[in-house]
Amino acid sequence: MKDYMMKYFVLRRHNFRVAIQKAKKSKMCYVFLAPYAILFILFFVVPVVMSVILSFTYYNILEPPRFIGMQNYINLLLQDDVFLTAIKNTFLIAVITGPVGYILSFLFAWLINEIPRWLRAIAVIIFYAPSIAGNIAAIFTVFFRGDAYGYVNAILTEIGIIDAPILWLTDPTYMLPVCMIAILWMSLGTGFLSFVAGLQGVDVSQYEAGYMDGVRNRWQELWYITLPNMKPMLMFGAVMSITTAFGVCDVTMQLCGYPSTDYAARTVVTHLFDYGWSRFEMGYASAIATLLFLTMVLCNKAIQSLLRRVGT
Amino acid sequence: MSKKVKEEKQQVPRIRIKRRKPNRSRTGDFFIYLFLVLVAVAMAFPLVFAIGSSLKPLDELFLFPPKVFPQNPTLDNFRDLSVTMSKSWITLWRYIFNTVFITVVGTVGHLIIASMGAFVLAKYDFPGGKIFFTIVVTALMFNGYVTEIPNYLVMNQLGWLDTYWALIVPAFAAPIGLFLMKQFMEGIPMALIEAAKIDGASMWRVFFNIVMPNVKPAWLTLIIFSVRDLWNSKAAVFIYSEQKKTLVYALTQIQGGIIISKGQDAAITSAGIARTGQAAAVTVIIMMVPILIFIFSESQILETMASSGLKE
Repeated sequence: MKDYMMKYFVLRRHNFRVAIQKAKKSKMCYVFLAPYAILFILFFVVPVVMSVILSFTYYNILEPPRFIGMQNYINLLLQDDVFLTAIKNTFLIAVITGPVGYILSFLFAWLINEIPRWLRAIAVIIFYAPSIAGNIAAIFTVFFRGDAYGYVNAILTEIGIIDAPILWLTDPTYMLPVCMIAILWMSLGTGFLSFVAGLQGVDVSQYEAGYMDGVRNRWQELWYITLPNMKPMLMFGAVMSITTAFGVCDVTMQLCGYPSTDYAARTVVTHLFDYGWSRFEMGYASAIATLLFLTMVLCNKAIQSLLRRVGT
Repeated sequence: MSKKVKEEKQQVPRIRIKRRKPNRSRTGDFFIYLFLVLVAVAMAFPLVFAIGSSLKPLDELFLFPPKVFPQNPTLDNFRDLSVTMSKSWITLWRYIFNTVFITVVGTVGHLIIASMGAFVLAKYDFPGGKIFFTIVVTALMFNGYVTEIPNYLVMNQLGWLDTYWALIVPAFAAPIGLFLMKQFMEGIPMALIEAAKIDGASMWRVFFNIVMPNVKPAWLTLIIFSVRDLWNSKAAVFIYSEQKKTLVYALTQIQGGIIISKGQDAAITSAGIARTGQAAAVTVIIMMVPILIFIFSESQILETMASSGLKE
């Protein structure tokens, strides 16, 4: 046993030396990477670490941070009712809009792959436009306005489904569904582009081999040829849609206001804004941020291990 | 001479290649087209509606039942916008300048810095490179809200609060840019780089004269993602003096009249009504820029996205 340990350490030391020599030879590589690496560490790595550390403190910017152990987390999970509402809302939104948006992205990408090239180009623009148009979700406040002048109310009254206008954006029953419609409308984002591009890149000869081997319809072709070829893009798209799904805040803030009635449209991110930028309880807000970070990364890892099995 | 060639060409009987894939049913195709047209209309409707209302004169904005297309299209809203805003403390042009400045500087810097990093990560094997890339991919899995509070503290330490740099410099290190660039650069044959090296080119020359001209499609992709983020950034947290705020921030202020008054009380403040058209005008200005960039660079972006997959 001891012998093995010795050998292991000798090997490690040897590898380390080789690595150092290699590093010395590739100095220029580090020079090239340095600008990006420094900025990345400063604005992405350091903040995550800081956020974890701050989450164990009481910090209000004016006084220096004071260590309080797990108190922030305990308060968050056991006493903060609004946070529990926020978690519930975020998970509801994420669980519904995440997978649905993801599947829709793939479905539309797959369907437009069947149509001629010039039509496809137009379709991609139409489908992708909402997600790069920025603050466009605000247009939904016009459709879903609470009085009789709101278009949805007006149309529903005209048809005779409702007889009094519905307060879409202030009645807690309807707030989340309306937000979800807007989010889904904007959900054909980066993942969608990746799918469209990936589908164009699948080797045609594989499809031809498929015809020979008796792939009878588009569904079989999808499962046996397209999906296995698309696995890397599926992974990338999943990362994109999970990250957006858990980070929901813009749409709910624009549609339902901030703070929203009865906190019915509060998400984890708006809760974080509230404590961070309105109450300046940075420690508490960092605890929220840390939980959000862990949820996002763990969820991503879980989905990735699931996706590895697709088409095999 | 050329006429003769033409005639000869016409005489060659055209061979009709059967384009249809053999395992596709016509009914299936029909339903796909029908479905896609319906979805495309639904997706485009809010955008078309926004553009429509920005061109409507005041009396048409509140017409009932509403019309999507204006009867008497006018540019009054855009003119009123510049009139109203020129009377205000900060002119519209200042907001536009801020947004354009932040977007252009941030995007150019991001393109150069991220490409440099991506180049060595894609083409050279040096200790630490793989680990660094894995960390960058992990950074794709969470979004900016998680790191906002520590970032604020970092900016404070650097003394960058309330300057453009607080928005510009973190954008240099956006992980999505490095990721896409690296994936795309892997497609460049190593032989090209080796050949240049043998001819005596330094690594800088290889990078600027050989690699960068070969990855032009990826430039556009980095540009569209960077523009999407910077152009739509609200800058509410890092920048507090009014004359450095962005266009999107100005938009939320103009919309303010509507957003405050929407909801239970049907009485809309007069300011809100008067500004509905102007808010639509700003929305259109904001959304058109990323969409236009995308329209003109679509094919190159799709070419880049084809290599976007997350390989294991």
